[in-house]
Amino acid sequence: MDWGALHTILGGVNKHSTSIGKIWLTVLFIFRIMILVVAAERVWGDEQDDFVCNTLQPGCKNVCYDHFFPISHIRLWALQLIFVSTPALLVAMHVAYRRHEKKRQFRKGDQKCKYKDIEEIRRQRFRIEGSLWWTYTSSIFFRLVFEAVFMYAFYFMYDGFRMPRLMKCNAWPCPNTVDCFVSRPTEKTVFTIFMIAVSSICILLNVAELCYLLTKFFLRKSKKAGNNKHHSNHENKEETKQNEMNELISDSCQNTVIGFTS
Amino acid sequence: MDWGTLQAVLGGVNKHSTSIGKIWLTVLFIFRIMILVVAAERVWGDEQQDFVCNTLQPGCRNVCYDHFFPISHIRLWALQLIFVSTPALLVAMHVAYTRHEKKRRFRNGEKIDIDELKNEKVHIRGPLWWTYTSSIFFRIVFEAVFMYVFYYMYDGYQMPRLVKCNAWPCPNTVDCFVSRPTEKTTFTIFMLAVSGICMMLNLAELCYLVIKICMKEPRKTT
Repeated sequence: MDWGALHTILGGVNKHSTSIGKIWLTVLFIFRIMILVVAAERVWGDEQDDFVCNTLQPGCKNVCYDHFFPISHIRLWALQLIFVSTPALLVAMHVAYRRHEKKRQFRKGDQKCKYKDIEEIRRQRFRIEGSLWWTYTSSIFFRLVFEAVFMYAFYFMYDGFRMPRLMKCNAWPCPNTVDCFVSRPTEKTVFTIFMIAVSSICILLNVAELCYLLTKFFLRKSKKAGNNKHHSNHENKEETKQNEMNELISDSCQNTVIGFTS
Repeated sequence: MDWGTLQAVLGGVNKHSTSIGKIWLTVLFIFRIMILVVAAERVWGDEQQDFVCNTLQPGCRNVCYDHFFPISHIRLWALQLIFVSTPALLVAMHVAYTRHEKKRRFRNGEKIDIDELKNEKVHIRGPLWWTYTSSIFFRIVFEAVFMYVFYYMYDGYQMPRLVKCNAWPCPNTVDCFVSRPTEKTTFTIFMLAVSGICMMLNLAELCYLVIKICMKEPRKTT
């Protein structure tokens, strides 16, 4: 069970995502997971071996390393990527549950069921409507929360995103204050900033996807309300609706304007 | 035979599980096995290399390391994950046996569609219910036993920075320093938390199965 297996699991979710969701997944796998595995792990590979302190005192290096690096960047990124990928599984579980229900209906011979065979149910791509919309939107929300939490944890734990060359340590058993030198600080800073940048891009993609889903939701609602009042005063209503729809689209995503009162 | 093969084997069991069972399997693979392989093994990778003792006495470091870490956390987790995954194979074996019996009856001349037999979803009833419930019970027992073993062996779940060692051949008492204690404590607590979540999922599944059978019984009697 490694990143490849996660790729296989999430690949299945890809079918039911929006276009922005598919872009997000690609960015996640290529610019984050692949960079982590192919490059970042080598950079941090010798982090403790080449963490050198100016002392002969045994144990001082261990203690200073532990003091300045409570959790290594690599592990934090691995945890971040796992937590950020997992909400997509909620969507996968929801889709699997819907498929299971439709198969059950099909087997019972329900006349409402329009499928010719079980293979068609398996291949069907569900639209993001109804309860699936809520599951999908909550998964994006959780992704955003996890990304933000991890970025803050990085900032808090390491006092910013820069890796210093030198650290002064006076934890026991180090005698007085000891200079300790970090291995490859510039390369680590470069990769940290790169991962933060890609993380931000992913956050922006998620926010865009959330706005897109909310806009789609309100448009659909307005269409339904419009269809209900189709028979009365057609022209005036059309104009008012168009104005209101334009308002909805131009408003921010946090607006919850509902209903068309005349 | 590695974690990937275990995943392939248990993936087959997934078909015959309840929804809670499927969630449990997902949590097991993503939050336990994957974290173990991708993160925890690196953290513990240099545990003996960077276990440093304040002495020049040869052999002292080896003896102290062995004294304080009889079985490494990583190995205990690997054993725990294998033991906890294995009861699900009882269910797979039972389902395979049931299918085998049906095929045998088909070959003896009874009218059963063989293709339908292969794709049929087996319902958790009768003797399969007992097998399934015992597998969940064993999972809970193994989880609890390993959690207790961890607690007993390491006096809690915190990894100390310093351990004082006076095993022979160390002269008097020697200070030994553990590598990456904070990171190890973080991962130990994380794995413990996920273990707790898995136990609760198993308990919920057990309650669900017991309630299901109790609700079926009154219907039969009325």
